[in-house]
Amino acid sequence: MKPPPFVYHAPGTVAEAATLLHEAGEEGRVLAGGQSLIPLMNFRLARPGHLVDITSVRELDYIRAEDGRLRIGAAARQAAVERDPAAAERAPLLVEALGFVGHEPIRHRGTVVGSLAHADPAAEIPAVALAMEAELTAVHAQGERRIAASEFFTGPFSTGLETGELLTEVSFPVWPPGTGHAFVEFARRHGDFAVAGAAVLLHLDGEVVDRVAIALCGVAGTPVRATEAERRLLGERPTPAVMAEAAEVATSRLSPASDVHGSSDYRRQVARAYVRRALALAAERARGGTR
Amino acid sequence: MTDRHRIALTVNGRPCEAEVESRRLLVDFLREDLGLKGAHIGCEHGVCGTCTVLMNGESIRSCITLAVQANGSSILTVEGLAGDGRLHPLQEAFWDHQALQCGYCTPGMLLRAHELLQENPRPTAAQVRAAIASNLCRCTGYQFIVEAVLDAARRLEAGATGQGHEPAASRT
Ligand SMILES: Cc1cc2nc3c(=O)[nH]c(=O)nc-3n(C[C@H](O)[C@H](O)[C@H](O)COP(=O)(O)OP(=O)(O)OC[C@H]3O[C@@H](n4cnc5c(N)ncnc54)[C@H](O)[C@@H]3O)c2cc1C
Ligand code: FES
Ligand code: FES
Repeated sequence: MKPPPFVYHAPGTVAEAATLLHEAGEEGRVLAGGQSLIPLMNFRLARPGHLVDITSVRELDYIRAEDGRLRIGAAARQAAVERDPAAAERAPLLVEALGFVGHEPIRHRGTVVGSLAHADPAAEIPAVALAMEAELTAVHAQGERRIAASEFFTGPFSTGLETGELLTEVSFPVWPPGTGHAFVEFARRHGDFAVAGAAVLLHLDGEVVDRVAIALCGVAGTPVRATEAERRLLGERPTPAVMAEAAEVATSRLSPASDVHGSSDYRRQVARAYVRRALALAAERARGGTR
Repeated sequence: MTDRHRIALTVNGRPCEAEVESRRLLVDFLREDLGLKGAHIGCEHGVCGTCTVLMNGESIRSCITLAVQANGSSILTVEGLAGDGRLHPLQEAFWDHQALQCGYCTPGMLLRAHELLQENPRPTAAQVRAAIASNLCRCTGYQFIVEAVLDAARRLEAGATGQGHEPAASRT
């Protein structure tokens, strides 16, 4: 199992990378950590004619706290974000979720932005991006545009990126102090993709929820935001009964695909249980943080 | 079409320059071009960990890393672990605890354990288990590997540098 032949490019700047991708057209593909793309090429499921390696672009290797956001450049490795103090302070949900992404050797190479671009429906980071209302920056030969995470994921392994575009950054708005976060998932073995996972951010005003975000992975063709369940929680005290009901609302209309890891119904039940656990953990942390 | 690139890197402390095809996997570069057969090939898609090497001190899967991507880096393979014909204390501990049977997973396990002990010289058994969860072993059931790593940590702390065993070849 070896990759088919391709032309490898190691641009030094974003502008060069965009030009190379533009020239390569349909044959071009961004190479980031390679932890998803090279396995696909080894299996010959992907046969790009040109690979544009963006990890050679120094200006894309950054993790920055700025204007109430955490900005992560496309060349920043998952492991670097995981141990970054600014990331831990501003996006603890992301850091907690990264612990579930494969294993350390994978995270040493894999990038945060690459995981978003790959758009595996069971992947953790896309669900975090949805919960946090992250924004992506896409660059092409003629300019750049911003894409909201809520518009980015269009289907399994499919995104709103156009041919010739590369992502240069993902930025996460920082939630107020005292916000509780929780990422939990069920996988058959540690390091596997999630059967179902839940990302929650929850903020309390006194005793009641005044802001909450819930997103799931592994339960549909894209990560899913549970807006109805969020509305159910707003203005309520997060008691076990209220959280259980919200978890039911978040998952009752899902119809996840059946596969070797479990039937559709099983996945939905796992998802419900994990939303409930994520809510409970986030609420506990929010209480601890505001006390 | 062959797209070739010159790369310069350090392998087991020695500078190395080569011309590689862009699709050359790092594991094949090490095994076929440099003759370092320690990095094994199992799944070739990143799952098993037997191809683990350290790049700039960090464990990576050499089967899903291109040789061109290793340009400018420093690579450690299992061949670089033992020095001067002496086994590394980790290797001695693997020997003493029978932490290998077929040995297929062993180079990757050793390098992953080496990385762990560099970061955390006194790991708990749970930390060792969590660290080696990235690497599959189909023989040992992991228990002896965990014991070997914990014992190696003790030996290293006591100042062991690899004076115990002669390598197998010179022993019998
Ligand atoms: C054994 C194993 C276990 C894993 N387990 C998990 C897991 O549990 N959860 C999980 O989420 N992931 C898992 N992964 C995948 C891993 O997280 C990948 O690193 C990640 O999905 C892709 O990131 P990358 O930087 O390696 O991207 P690459 O593999 O380089 O690229 C992936 C895709 O995204 C595109 N792309 C990458 N960067 C950009 C960019 N800046 N602009 C435009 N397109 C881009 C590429 O063209 C390609 O199509 C696992 C991988 C392995 C090998
Ligand atoms: S051969 Fe590289 S991970 Fe299995
Ligand atoms: S000793 Fe045989 S696979 Fe580990």
